[in-house]
Amino acid sequence: MIDDATVRHVARLARLHLDDDEEHRMKEELSTILDHVDAIQALDLDDVPPTTHVLALENVMRDDVPHPSLSADEALREAPEVVEQRFAVPRFEP
Amino acid sequence: MTALHERTARDLVRALHAGEVGAAELVDAHLARAEDDRWGSFLAIDAERARARAAEIDAMPERPPLGGVPIAIKDALSTRDLTTTAGSRILEGFRPLYTATCVERLERAGAIVIGKTNMDEFAMGSSTENSAFQPTRNPWDPGRVPGGSSGGSAAAVAAFQAPWALGSDTGGSIRQPAALCGIVGMKPTYGAVSRYGLIAFASSLDQVGPFTRTVGDAALLLSHIVGRDERDSTSLDWPEPVAVPSAEDLRGLTFGVVGELMGEGVEPGVRAAVEAAVARVEELGGSVREVSLPSSAYGVSTYYLIAPAECSANLARFDGIRYGPRHEDAADLLEHYERTRGDGFGPEVKRRVMLGTFALASGYYDAYYLRAQKVRTLIRRDFDAAFAETDFLLSPTSPTVAFRFGERIEDPLSMYLSDVCTIPVSLAGLPAISIPCGLSEGLPVGLQIAGPAFSENRLLDVAHALEGALAFAPAPPGVA
Repeated sequence: MIDDATVRHVARLARLHLDDDEEHRMKEELSTILDHVDAIQALDLDDVPPTTHVLALENVMRDDVPHPSLSADEALREAPEVVEQRFAVPRFEP
Repeated sequence: MTALHERTARDLVRALHAGEVGAAELVDAHLARAEDDRWGSFLAIDAERARARAAEIDAMPERPPLGGVPIAIKDALSTRDLTTTAGSRILEGFRPLYTATCVERLERAGAIVIGKTNMDEFAMGSSTENSAFQPTRNPWDPGRVPGGSSGGSAAAVAAFQAPWALGSDTGGSIRQPAALCGIVGMKPTYGAVSRYGLIAFASSLDQVGPFTRTVGDAALLLSHIVGRDERDSTSLDWPEPVAVPSAEDLRGLTFGVVGELMGEGVEPGVRAAVEAAVARVEELGGSVREVSLPSSAYGVSTYYLIAPAECSANLARFDGIRYGPRHEDAADLLEHYERTRGDGFGPEVKRRVMLGTFALASGYYDAYYLRAQKVRTLIRRDFDAAFAETDFLLSPTSPTVAFRFGERIEDPLSMYLSDVCTIPVSLAGLPAISIPCGLSEGLPVGLQIAGPAFSENRLLDVAHALEGALAFAPAPPGVA
């Protein structure tokens, strides 16, 4: 029910590289799982509202008060590559 | 005299305040067991910091409320400067810049973090076999899984490596491993505990909660972590303090046994142990009737659309730019993202990211994600109807006892179905506790007790009364 092209399309949307073997297995496994979850297609849900939150919360607001934040050095501490106090990324073409 | 590591957290807190034992001695006793790697419970142990904190607390003129009692923390919870990986290669070596609110509250109250426990990668799994780093063994049988995803926390508490631990539960990740390891595990009402610093899996479902060997310990741990945190807008002002439970009977309470969760697919030995526990409920004065949650049959399907959809969005942040390892040879930015994530994520995480991206994709959203959110409404209505005529619901926590390594890992759907009893409660955002109620084939069986939102105090009371009547000895053979 799910074909190679769909697997490749979804992997691209998810920014996920899959090798040929993974792609093949993904197609099989997603098909099995989707066959199972397709049980919900048979339900009549026309008059049922979707759940957006399990408890009826009102919008939660807080006062907009400035707090100390991380220093630039701290924020960059775990970065794999830093150039001139910035996160470095590979080149990309728009 | 019971060895230090075998004593309950409440007893240890009392002993600390009475001056019978020091935090240094307690931390050493638990570190000695935690460093024994037989079960693979821990991903990181911070002996130096734990000992330093113990010395600090022992020197205080007045002990903080928890007195210096050790605790183990699931590796999904951020701990400042202490490696936090969520069981994933994509966070290998990552040291957070801040500590999760719930851990910070416990540390402030005088708990000492001894280490971080193993888990299924990003909490996706039911056996801890999806950890990128190591398997965790069930203390009751080293050939079997501890459950998951919080398998390391469950094994650590069951094997007396820590008196208690924190876990997180999205579709059963506290309750199921607690059941499989013969200990107590509780998922509070959605919003009870701040998720700030919890590495997000599915944000509308994730909750932090306790692993303990007694219900009283679960209450004590919960009492220190509930409540509003302005850094998590879904966290709630808690209506009343969490009390240490004291009930000895169940008179005046009505219990519903969930028919759908006692039938097909439940092992006979599990059903027998749960039925015996239901008989104890009646002996304690509770009235019991059968109830139906008809839409719970769609629970697993609904969950495996909603949770992957949310995870596909939450895991977008793991891109090798700001932290974590990155793929070094990408020609451009798009390839950098794809290769870094392809290298860093394990098979189950990839599967869920794909499933979730599919369910949210243009052309599939209405048929999958939106329909699943509607079924979620039906499941919630079932619980509302059941709680209109009963106070609590009873079922097995897991349809089976602990399974063997490799038994389900190649068949994702069979793994997903092991959460059939816990998922409906999660989708409805309700609190539930798993307590050990007996053995089947020499392995522990968990009883799940679920209650309405905010019923934690009554739920803990019920579990405490039943725990006394069941008299389950929590020690796996040969472990203590």
